[in-house]
Amino acid sequence: MRIGDPDYAAPEDAPAEKTSPRDLLRRFMQGDLASLRVILAIAVIWVIFQTQNDRFLSATNLTNLFLQITAVGLISVGVVMVLLIGEIDLSVGAASGFAAAVMAVLNVKQGWPAIPAIMAGVLTGTLIGLAQGFLFTRFTIPSFVVTLAGSLVWQGALLKVLGNTGTVNLSNSSITDLANTFYGEAVGWIVAAIVVALYALTVLAAHRRRARAGVTTEPLALLLIRIGLMAAVTIVAVAILNSDRGVPLALLILLGFVVGFQLITTRTTFGRHLFAVGGSAEAARRAGIGVTRIRVVAFMLCSSMAAVGGILAASRLLAVNQSSGGSNLLLEAIAGPVVAGTSLFGGRGSVWSALLGATVIGSISNGMNLLALESSVKLMITGGVLLAAVIIDAVARSRRRAEGRV
Amino acid sequence: MNANGAILSTKGICKSFGPVQALDGVDFDVHRGEVVALVGDNGAGKSTLIKAVAGIYSIDSGEFFFEGRPVKIGGPNDATGLGIATVYQDLALCDNLDVVANLFLGQETVLGGPGRAGRVLDEIVMEQRSHELLDQLSVTIPSVRSEVGTLSGGQRQQVAVARSLLGEPKVVILDEPTAALGVPQTKQVLALIKRLRERDLGVIVISHNLANVFEVADRISVLRLGRNSGTYDAAETSEEQIVGAITGAELGEPTSETGEHR
Repeated sequence: MRIGDPDYAAPEDAPAEKTSPRDLLRRFMQGDLASLRVILAIAVIWVIFQTQNDRFLSATNLTNLFLQITAVGLISVGVVMVLLIGEIDLSVGAASGFAAAVMAVLNVKQGWPAIPAIMAGVLTGTLIGLAQGFLFTRFTIPSFVVTLAGSLVWQGALLKVLGNTGTVNLSNSSITDLANTFYGEAVGWIVAAIVVALYALTVLAAHRRRARAGVTTEPLALLLIRIGLMAAVTIVAVAILNSDRGVPLALLILLGFVVGFQLITTRTTFGRHLFAVGGSAEAARRAGIGVTRIRVVAFMLCSSMAAVGGILAASRLLAVNQSSGGSNLLLEAIAGPVVAGTSLFGGRGSVWSALLGATVIGSISNGMNLLALESSVKLMITGGVLLAAVIIDAVARSRRRAEGRV
Repeated sequence: MNANGAILSTKGICKSFGPVQALDGVDFDVHRGEVVALVGDNGAGKSTLIKAVAGIYSIDSGEFFFEGRPVKIGGPNDATGLGIATVYQDLALCDNLDVVANLFLGQETVLGGPGRAGRVLDEIVMEQRSHELLDQLSVTIPSVRSEVGTLSGGQRQQVAVARSLLGEPKVVILDEPTAALGVPQTKQVLALIKRLRERDLGVIVISHNLANVFEVADRISVLRLGRNSGTYDAAETSEEQIVGAITGAELGEPTSETGEHR
């Protein structure tokens, strides 16, 4: 309610057909800048570690870094779904371990083929989400309580499923190949070309359709810059990966899920309703949106992605053991998206933040390992970074509030 | 009841909450192309009446007539189905979404026909229709892609009103549309109310601000302690008369009487 707004000036004849520079700047500051800020942060982190240890930016280490972040990144993709509706899922770590254990036991001990075992693992995650989503919506218990309790239950279930041995080693090549396949040079370049071409074509086609229909468009120059940056990043990444072992399948799986969920959240009614529920559940309810259904589905997607991440982690480790899904996995999976601009308070963020956040956190932990820092120092630094990320989120929110936004 | 040609009428509406008689035999009507202000002191029953009409509250006794026909309003969907749209004071907008998303929230246009959640949004059609609608209403906002949270109070109110019009209603109810607005924004909203009248809608406005009421209303219906306290022709009534009817002080006669004043 800013009294004296100039907005009561006589109605203009036609609304602006193009986004005004000021509006664009604002969106840049609040939307794209969140991503840009994170990319800058990644650059700073990389430079710092590189100056401390010149192996940090070597092709081998960067390939390792990408492999290290796939499991966390996949879990984070699911966490974004729950963060968008303004909730939290503290069970993703335990759920990922339990789902991976289900897969491993079915495959190794029960003799199931790889594909059905993997599907059963993912389905385990889906059912975990269904149960937690149901409890959360049916009894209106805060989601952190439901999922914290769930976390203990799934940890227990993990131990139970693994049995006396406590470890199940994976040997089925279909499962272990998920995290251990690298594509040759040619395949890498072909994939890069296809990805860049598809991106450029869809962006430009959408721009043309919008321009023809006479609705708001972003300046073509900005789109071209974005396409150029995207192509540059892809080419550099493929070049680096090719000079080591090649493009890893695991990274492609992560990128595939990120792109898929990005499209779901931004292009479909379901995605629109996720943001609406996160922005104002009451407004969404009054608009006729099935808020309960949206919430339950968000939790189901979250736990399903936790299962996918757990399976990738197991594939990389070649085993599922009692500490699967434990240690920092949960915190890193939630902190990643928040570091990269997805709000803990709901309604703001994007699936890209899962990828960017996992890269930030993965880089820090990879770099600290490379420097062989003591565990005590590593824990404190990781904790400090996570805290800083949450503070940035909270400050951004109070700034928006000062502006009258939520 | 069709004699007076009202699009929406209530007759003898009673509603109590436990021992409190919130509405006691309230008659009320609104015609096409007419703005009726509903005024009264706090607790006079204005909001209760509106919520009864909108289907939020079920009434104890009384009748509703829509376009002369007796109708039952058992829930919000009944009211919406008849063509009664309500804009509540808290607006119920999602501040994190842009204007287009808010206008179409819950009734998004999708590619390949209307459908369930998960369908792909047709942003172009929604944006074009948003432009059309806002142009018709002469609503000025920086861009239909502005986040609603960045808009001023008056702009938010106008977006909420515009959204209520997407369902092609015949009656629009506005609950305190100018409360908490600055002077220029109040002007905008009052101008919008006049444009709703030009679109031949029946408009019901709840307001505490008598200056605003006199600026837009054709008729003023006063409630006092859950009963009718007279209906006045805005052009022939002074503010003192309305204040008298609100407070119960005897000051002049209603120009057109209803209820127990008959």
